[in-house]
Amino acid sequence: MKIVAVTSCITGIAHTYMAAEALEQAGKKAGYEISVETQGSAGSTPLPQAVIDAADVVIFATDLEVKDKNRFNGKPFLQIGVSKALAEAEAVIASAVASISSAPLVGGSAGPRLSTKVVANERTATRIRKWLMTGVSYMIPFVAAGGILIALAFLLGGYEIALGTAKDDALAAGNLADVHYWAALCLAIGGTAFGFLLPVLSGFIAFAIADRPGLVPGFVGGAVAGAVGAGFLGALITGFLGGFSALGLSRLKVPNWLKPVMPVVLIPLVASLVTGGLMFIVLGAPIKALMDALTAGLTQLADSGNLPLVGLVLGLMMAFDMGGPVNKVAYLFATGLLATQLANTNPTDPSFVIMAMVMAAGMTPPLGLALATVLRKHLFSNAERQNGKAAWLLGAFFITEGAIPFAAADPIRVIPSIMIGSSFTGALVGFFNIGLRAPHGGLVVFPLVSNPLLYILAVVLGTVVTALLVIVAKNIKRNPATSDEALEAAIA
Amino acid sequence: MTDIQNLALTSEDIVIVGLVAETKEDATRQLAQTLAAAGRVTDLEGFLEDVQAREAQMATGLPGGIGIPHARSAHVTVPSVAVATSEKGVNFGAADGPAHLIFLIAAPDGSDDKHLHILASLARKLVHEDFRQSLREARNGADIAEIIKREVQQ
Repeated sequence: MKIVAVTSCITGIAHTYMAAEALEQAGKKAGYEISVETQGSAGSTPLPQAVIDAADVVIFATDLEVKDKNRFNGKPFLQIGVSKALAEAEAVIASAVASISSAPLVGGSAGPRLSTKVVANERTATRIRKWLMTGVSYMIPFVAAGGILIALAFLLGGYEIALGTAKDDALAAGNLADVHYWAALCLAIGGTAFGFLLPVLSGFIAFAIADRPGLVPGFVGGAVAGAVGAGFLGALITGFLGGFSALGLSRLKVPNWLKPVMPVVLIPLVASLVTGGLMFIVLGAPIKALMDALTAGLTQLADSGNLPLVGLVLGLMMAFDMGGPVNKVAYLFATGLLATQLANTNPTDPSFVIMAMVMAAGMTPPLGLALATVLRKHLFSNAERQNGKAAWLLGAFFITEGAIPFAAADPIRVIPSIMIGSSFTGALVGFFNIGLRAPHGGLVVFPLVSNPLLYILAVVLGTVVTALLVIVAKNIKRNPATSDEALEAAIA
Repeated sequence: MTDIQNLALTSEDIVIVGLVAETKEDATRQLAQTLAAAGRVTDLEGFLEDVQAREAQMATGLPGGIGIPHARSAHVTVPSVAVATSEKGVNFGAADGPAHLIFLIAAPDGSDDKHLHILASLARKLVHEDFRQSLREARNGADIAEIIKREVQQ
């Protein structure tokens, strides 16, 4: 009897190795040949493919996704958590051996066999979270690098650098001695980095689901989500679409002569066509219709003159999809009004108040989430905490994208929280009747705000509300999950 | 070449024989204080927060009466394992009872493979009852540090 196993744990310094040792001991004691690959922090030495090929059964004692899982394709496997392998290694070995004939196969269509429905749901939720976190963790450096470059552009060149053709003019002039040139350069590079957000998010979600074959449909789908204006919510959809279409295709039984071209040509081609095509066909027209309807609704609402209510609605919209269609309608509505009022000298004209609401409501999501990562560190993953540091800066400069990694990792809890925080801030700005004549910039344009102190108050209050709501939301749903996990560990 | 690194992993001054603690938080704090006093941890509170964050994800109590609070943290200067023995035991959330051996494992955020390999081989040792037995029976901190140094060769 030959057994191979993979172990991994969250921190990668203790349980991974202890479980490996426990499995090796138990396997030898039972008289089996066993080889364990530890996918921990000390780097992992992949098992020789020959050893894998010779194995009768595979044990995945992993709390993280197995790296390069396709090496084990076709092998019967047992999937457990790392603590179970550690606590009852002998029973695990025995059950792996006993289940060889009935166990699902790695890469096969049958999922892991599950004892109860509750456990099944639990595992699906955990897997979805892992997929999302993979995409988010690759996206975060792009958010931070791009966002900080854009913030730098505003610091160097003022908010005017983003107006009209100012950036392109400065770049064309190419004057290295002019600070505006450098501001334009930062803005251009930062914007380019931001162009990768949706493809990278979508691409690596698909990668987590389907491994390498998922990369192309994921990236292409994410870019299409950007092209049709579907925002990061669209990129989440394409990540899953791309991943599962690639996974489905890679499981198709094809004639031998076709096999070599499957991974490099056919899977990327067909999966990209499916993912990108669905995005264009199914979402393209509805998004356009939605944006038109929202714009019409906003115009009507603004005509009513109830500014706090307008602020509330704009706040909800700004935070909903951060760069997606709903957010875009709110932002373009404000900047569109602004453009018609260039000669207006009344600092608190409703058009200017609406601009002020939109900016404040776009600042609170990253600021509130940054605050939450400081107040309740343990509710966030390590990558999220790092992103929290950048989010302070991004929020301060009205770069709402700083909140996307949090929202993409945990949309159901984060999006409603930031929407309420933003709507609160938007309504406050309307209530205080504060105006702003600049379309962007965050802190840089605070001196241009008609009442900076009250404006800061509105942003701070919205930030606090956002942070508290996020913490509450993460706790409500988290406690049962954590206790389930503890329960599982205790049983194991 | 590994002597220095083994020395660095555990030493007498970060071992507590006969630890008295009511809670795992208290036990962890007492061990972390030895790390801070030895200059292995720069920011005690920051480090404890990182350990707590890991602990919150899943309790680190393990069968066989051991608790292994651990974290990779920016506040750690050198890979370290602070060890405590406790007659009464401290509840680390293991199903089979309190922990009589507690290992606070501290790894720097960006530590290199060689250091992590030593931690890994210590983790592997913890699975063996005879290793745990010898630590429980050790009379003083110097003995414990010596046993770990001797056994964790890599």
